[in-house]
Amino acid sequence: MEQREALFNYLLRLADNSAILGHKLSQWCGHGPELEEDIAIINTALDLLGHSRSLYTYAGEVEGKGRSEDDLAFLREERKYTNALICELPNGHYGDTIARQFLFDQFNYLVFSELVKSSDETLAAISAKAIKEIRYHLRRSIEWTLRLGDGTEESHNKIQESFNDIWSFTGDLFVQNELDKVAVAAGIGPDLEAIRTEWRKSVEAVLSDATLQTPEDDWMHSGSKSGIHTEHMGHILSELQYMQRAYPGAEW
Amino acid sequence: MNEQNLWKLLDEVKDPEIPVISLVDLGVIRSVDFTDNGTPKITITPTYSGCPAMQVMEEDISVRLKLAGIKSFEIETVLSPAWTTDWITEKGRKALHDYGIAPPEQVTSDKSALLGHPKEVTCPNCKSRETKMLSQFGSTPCKALYQCNDCKEPFDYFKCI
Repeated sequence: MEQREALFNYLLRLADNSAILGHKLSQWCGHGPELEEDIAIINTALDLLGHSRSLYTYAGEVEGKGRSEDDLAFLREERKYTNALICELPNGHYGDTIARQFLFDQFNYLVFSELVKSSDETLAAISAKAIKEIRYHLRRSIEWTLRLGDGTEESHNKIQESFNDIWSFTGDLFVQNELDKVAVAAGIGPDLEAIRTEWRKSVEAVLSDATLQTPEDDWMHSGSKSGIHTEHMGHILSELQYMQRAYPGAEW
Repeated sequence: MNEQNLWKLLDEVKDPEIPVISLVDLGVIRSVDFTDNGTPKITITPTYSGCPAMQVMEEDISVRLKLAGIKSFEIETVLSPAWTTDWITEKGRKALHDYGIAPPEQVTSDKSALLGHPKEVTCPNCKSRETKMLSQFGSTPCKALYQCNDCKEPFDYFKCI
């Protein structure tokens, strides 16, 4: 794989994570459990959307075929998206959303902490901006995990069940393929195996503080890195891409 | 127009969502240079990656320059170095406070900002230090929502990043 192509695909993977999870979170708008939470979750969605915009725009420049951020976000087929499976899971109840968010935020935080040192200067600059916001997201999702886990018996049981349900999607975050080898060798991005160790340690510590059990690693879903998604992805894209498919080239 | 006058002109452009603070005092306008042929070049940086006001800010700058008779100029957005609340000037902090928004309390090198301990924030209405955080996000991405335990007023706090 040529390095430029690798950088392009690597940027798309990061951008897809932020775009798809940001989109899922945006669906809470007007439905949050309380007003402050509604605002907070939408602000998180906005940050993620901002990250994806910077990353898609830069990916378009790297590719050099004149594709804009919108072209990349809205006009690719499902198999071309390489966002982690966990990002496309349904919002469920608020405990499900918080569990998904904490597991992803912890991952995203560790990855972007390394990306600020990327050999690619633009990616490092985008990451330096993003990490400040991701740190804030992580802090918030840890607080909510503690509050729900160490809350009432009902909230404890519900979020424990959320973590149990989502756990089998976490292995997919750390699957490495040819792209990761090239990215690590070129100093573009981190070795996900090292991230996995850190992630596991941090997640266990927070869940333990929240009086929750860390689920055991069993069979794991995978496939996102080769564009194989869950059934939810098609539904997300049909909604997300509707406007650009119905009115090609529509702009604000 | 020389650099000093340009800065003065740009200082009249206010933040679209917090109209009491100028983009210069907010630290969004990073530099004013001139290209080789003498065209002014303004460099701006977003407060947050997803800040929806960036485009409006760019337009506002552009309108102000045109009103001053400057027809040709460039506005460039840069992400690095990333914006920090440390760049808000003293004048800007005072303007925020007078408007009822508590300015950032500490420099970003203070790690307690990251570790989850709620900071002591002074109420902009009654100066009480007895305040509590209601939500980590307020009316815009750059603010958190607080309430004063003494005068009971809720207020926005400009987050440290």
